[in-house]
Amino acid sequence: MNQGIDVAKIRSRGATYVAEARIAQMMKWKGIIAIVAIGNPLFYLVAIGIGIGVLVNENSGTSGTGGVEYITFIAPALLASAALTGALDEAMFPVMEGFKWRKLFYAINATPINPGQIVLGVFIGAIARVVFTVVCYWALLIAFGVVTIGQSWDVIPVTIFAAGAFAAVIMGITASVKNEDYFMTVLNRLIIMPMFLFSGTFFPLNTMPVFLQPIGWISPLWHATELGRYFSYGYSISGTMLLVHFSYLIVMMVAGFKLANRKFAERLAK
Amino acid sequence: MPESLISARGLTKKYGDFTAVDAIDFDVAKGESFGLLGPNGAGKSTTMRIIAATSQRSSGTISILGRDPEEHGPQIRAHLGVVPQQDNLDGELTVSENLFIYGRYFGLSKKFIQNKIEELLDFAQLQDKRDAKVEALSGGMKRRLTIARALVSEPDILMLDEPTTGLDPQARHILWDRLFRLKETGVTLVITTHFMDEAEQLCDRLVVMDKGKIMAEGSPLELIKQYSTKEVLEVRFGSDRNKEVAPILREMCSRIEELPDRILMYVEDGEALLEAITAKKLHPTTSLVRRSSLEDVFLRLTGRSLIE
Repeated sequence: MNQGIDVAKIRSRGATYVAEARIAQMMKWKGIIAIVAIGNPLFYLVAIGIGIGVLVNENSGTSGTGGVEYITFIAPALLASAALTGALDEAMFPVMEGFKWRKLFYAINATPINPGQIVLGVFIGAIARVVFTVVCYWALLIAFGVVTIGQSWDVIPVTIFAAGAFAAVIMGITASVKNEDYFMTVLNRLIIMPMFLFSGTFFPLNTMPVFLQPIGWISPLWHATELGRYFSYGYSISGTMLLVHFSYLIVMMVAGFKLANRKFAERLAK
Repeated sequence: MPESLISARGLTKKYGDFTAVDAIDFDVAKGESFGLLGPNGAGKSTTMRIIAATSQRSSGTISILGRDPEEHGPQIRAHLGVVPQQDNLDGELTVSENLFIYGRYFGLSKKFIQNKIEELLDFAQLQDKRDAKVEALSGGMKRRLTIARALVSEPDILMLDEPTTGLDPQARHILWDRLFRLKETGVTLVITTHFMDEAEQLCDRLVVMDKGKIMAEGSPLELIKQYSTKEVLEVRFGSDRNKEVAPILREMCSRIEELPDRILMYVEDGEALLEAITAKKLHPTTSLVRRSSLEDVFLRLTGRSLIE
C-alpha cells in the first residue's frame, strides 16, 4: 500500500485539491478572464456611467437616484452584475464539463474525494474568480473617483457573498440538467438577461410597474445591488430590508448547496 | 492460498426492476490479473463500479482490500487505480498537468508527484508529449495517459474497463505490452473486455459473464479445454447452401455451430475432418482450421457471439 496516502487528510482538505485543479484550469483562460474583469467595468463606466450619466444628471439631476450622481448609483449594481456573471461562468461550465463534456467529475470521484468535496471545490474555484473580478472592478471605481476606499471597501465581501449564493444555486440547477442545449440558451436569454434589466441596475426597482417588480425580488442581483448601494455610498435601506436581503441570499446559498450536494451524489453513484 | 484482495458473495445490483448483476461470487488474489469477459450489457461495468467503490450494491457482500465499500469508500478508493471505459482526461491541460492534478486528489505531496510523473511519462512513452495539450493526443496516447494517471497513486489494484476498445491494432499492441509489463511488476489487474484475444493476452484467470450472471470461471486455457475442442474447422458454402449442408456436417462431429455466414465444427483434428468433408464431395467455398478461442467458449455457454 502507498503509505503516503492519508485518507483523514483528504477528508479535511479534499475540496481544496478540487479548487486547485479548478484554478489550474482557469489559468488556461487567464488572458480572457483578465480582459473581461478589466474591460467590462471600463466599457460600462465610460459608456453608461459617463455617457448616459451626463444625460440623466442634466435632465433630472440626482432626484431619481436618491441624491447621488448617476454613476455612483449604478456602480455597485454593475459591480454586482460583473460578480454574478463571473460566478455564473465558473459554476455552470465546470459542472457541464464535469458531468457531460469531459466527465471530469467521474475521474475525481474514483479517488478518495467524495461528491460533496467536488461541490465545495468547484464553489471555491468560482469564488476565486469572483474575488478577482470584484477587486479589479472596485479598483477601477476608485480610479474613476466613483467611490472612496474608506467608505466603500465593505462592498467587496458583500458582493462576493451574493455572487457565492448565486454560484451555489447555479451549480445545483446545472447538476440537475440532463440536456444542456436548451438549458444554456434558456438560462442566458430568459433568466440572466431579464435579471440584469429588471433588478434595479440602471434605475430604482420601484420606478417599474408593480407587476414587473417581482422579477427583481426573486433576482439575487437586486438583493446584491441594494446591499452594494448601502455599503458603497450609504444609500438608505431600512433595517428590515437589510435583513430581507441578507436572508434571501443566505437561503439561496443553503438551498443551492443542498441541491448541488444531492444531485452530485446521485449522478456520480450511477 | 494467496491473499484475496477482492472477495464477492452473492453480489447483486438492481436498477428498478432490472438486475444488472445477479448474485455473483468471485475472488481476486493479490498479483493476479483477473478478467471479466462478456458482451455489452453483461454487467461487467456495473461490477467494476461496485469494486471501484463508486456505486453501491443492492445486496450480497463484497470486500475490497479487506473493507466494505459501503462504509469505507474513500479508504478503498485511496488504493485503487481506475481506468474508465471512456477517457475522462482534462483536454485543456497538458499531459503532465493532468498527472499532477490527479496525484493531488490522493493528497500526495508535490515532490512525490513530480518524481512519479517522470516515471509515468517513461512508462506511458509520453516523455516528448509532457507539455502537449491532451486534446492534441491520439486515441492510443490518451489511453496510455489515462492508465498512467491511474498509477500516480501507486495503487494496489488497477482496474481497466475495456482498455483497448476503439483503438487501432497497433495502439492495442502497444497498450497490451505496457499492461503486460505492469503485470510483471506484480500489480493486481482487474480487466473487463469483450475481446477474447485481449482476455487471452492479459488475464491469468477470468469469469465469463452474460446477463448479469457468471457462466464459467478459469484460466483462458482451462476454459477452452473445458468448453471447447482443441481445433475448430470453419467452412463456408455460401449463404444458401449452408443450411442444406448443415445436417450432413452435424453427423460428422460432436458439435457444430451455424452462424449466419459460416459453420463452425468442433473437433480434435481439423484437417482430418476437412478431408472427410471433401471426400463426400461437399466442397466448401472457403475453409479454415484454427485453434479454439474464448469466442468459442462464449458461443458454447450462451449460444451467442461476443460481438454482435
